[in-house]
Amino acid sequence: MSADKVIEAQGLTKRYEEATVVKGISFSVAKGEIFGLLGPNGAGKTTTILMLLGLSDISDGQARVLGFDPVREPLAVKRRVGYLPDQVGFYDNLSASDNLRYTARLMGLEREEREQKIAESLDHVGLHDVADRPVDTFSRGMRQRLGLAEILMKDAQIAILDEPTSGLDPQATAELLQIIRNLKDRGVSVLLSSHLLDRVQSICDRVALFNQGNIALLGTVAELGRQVLGIGYYVDVEAEGPGIVEKLKAVPGVKLVETPAANRMRIYAESDVRSDAAAAVVAAGGRLLRLSVETPSLDQIYNRYFENVMGGRHAA
Amino acid sequence: MQREGSALHGLGVVILKELSDHVTSIRMRVLEWLVVLFGMLAVFNAIQQVKETTAEDPFLFLKLFTTAPDSFPFSFVTFLMILVPLVSIGMAFDSINGEHNRRTLSRILSQPIYRDALLFGKFLAGLFTLSVSLVALWLLVIGLGLFVLGLPPSGEELARAFIFLFITIAYAGVWLALAMLFSIVFRSGATAVLTSLGLWLFLTLIWPSLSKFVVEAFWPSNDNETILLASQFFSRLSPATMYGEVVVAILNPTTRTLGLIYLSQLQGAVLGAPMALGESLIIAWPQIVGLIASTILLFVAGYVIFQRQEVRA
Repeated sequence: MSADKVIEAQGLTKRYEEATVVKGISFSVAKGEIFGLLGPNGAGKTTTILMLLGLSDISDGQARVLGFDPVREPLAVKRRVGYLPDQVGFYDNLSASDNLRYTARLMGLEREEREQKIAESLDHVGLHDVADRPVDTFSRGMRQRLGLAEILMKDAQIAILDEPTSGLDPQATAELLQIIRNLKDRGVSVLLSSHLLDRVQSICDRVALFNQGNIALLGTVAELGRQVLGIGYYVDVEAEGPGIVEKLKAVPGVKLVETPAANRMRIYAESDVRSDAAAAVVAAGGRLLRLSVETPSLDQIYNRYFENVMGGRHAA
Repeated sequence: MQREGSALHGLGVVILKELSDHVTSIRMRVLEWLVVLFGMLAVFNAIQQVKETTAEDPFLFLKLFTTAPDSFPFSFVTFLMILVPLVSIGMAFDSINGEHNRRTLSRILSQPIYRDALLFGKFLAGLFTLSVSLVALWLLVIGLGLFVLGLPPSGEELARAFIFLFITIAYAGVWLALAMLFSIVFRSGATAVLTSLGLWLFLTLIWPSLSKFVVEAFWPSNDNETILLASQFFSRLSPATMYGEVVVAILNPTTRTLGLIYLSQLQGAVLGAPMALGESLIIAWPQIVGLIASTILLFVAGYVIFQRQEVRA
């Protein structure tokens, strides 16, 4: 493996008796990069993460984390990788610092180093004032930050974050994303998973789009945008009159026309077909009420990608 | 495939954490007071009884553990037989599913330890807490006996009482391992505790008398001896039966056998004469081994299931 790749997965597969949830995916994460695993719930993101950590068996293929095999050398991997699980939990009766103290002991930190690092990391995530409060008084955002403090305390080379922003209010999300950026500035490579693309697109260097156990798209945010934008624009039409949908379908460059509501049509097209669409509506004798074109954001690319996949399946 | 590093790395840390949880938990304090109060009640009753009825007995001190007045037929041993499983189950029924439900399991297992350390640590901490409580209770009873009866126990009595303590800890271990197994199998704490308690009631109260009917129903025989032996075999599947038998053999030195008494065994025997400690131990040996083996088997079953379990919630 090349020196600048901290995570490499080759044909990574997870089979259960009833189903294959990860189907031979390959990707790599470069040192100092923020890499996003994006996709709907149940697409195989968490399973992939657990395999990389050695917490779940790998059915086929192989993974290398910092050059270690998570199956054979899980302790070496877990010593160097910090993990923030989806909806991380803490011992509610213990204080924030006591929770960190327990994991610091499991990491094998000596007392002096331990106390120093706990104080530092709580300070860094802004939980210094509540260090001695029991965790059951903490909000969701504070718990997530405490989880990040644990990764900081570990001096991890890689931080793996599973749905770090789900269920957080906008302000807590912004704070959390800032801490993740700080991690990157410290030279930590970050692998994060999310089903909320718009929240994390600003910080991801590269993303992999998961769909049903496969990586559907992979690249930098800009590449991904171009790749999916190439498929088309969409034009929303609101018009009254008979036979409009058929006329619109006949417009050159139109790939698909959906009718999400009565008199409302959404056109998927290769190019901006507004003028042709307007002409088609008028030619059909209809009344044009509204016409707009959308330039999809990454969030919309993501949604549209899955709409396309679903649409394809409906057609088949 | 060889794993790198020791499976028990981090064991000490887990044990200390679990111990401090047990010691500070309200649940544990309630259970301990329950045991102490009932235990003391039983011992005071026994003392009254011993003072009134027994004139001379070389093993007077051991009577503290086994005697109960007719009006209130619960001796100290009976109480332990009933309450020790309750404490064990109360400690362990949520040991693993609790971590799942608090969503701490994957975070803890992402630290550089194996699952082995977590499971061993939890079991050993539970057993240690139980042992400390039982030793304290045991010393309390001995002290009370010295104080009230004004009679020091002989060396053999102390040895027998000590073996009794050890067996009680093994008995607690069986239920601890059972509750832990259920805490691994069932994701809900309520299901785990109800199943454990149900099994406890069944094995302690129902099974010993039910086993005879089971034998008569499925293996009918005209031979009384066969039926008795078979039903005794089945009733010994219950840890409570095994514990009860060991305790009888150890604390009642005149016990010659735990099964049927054959005429050949009585030939040349002086009825009512006590057995030597070693002989009592031999009589109870199969049951002692059975209790320890059940603990190990139940723990291993839980261990295997836990290793294969997915950590995601």
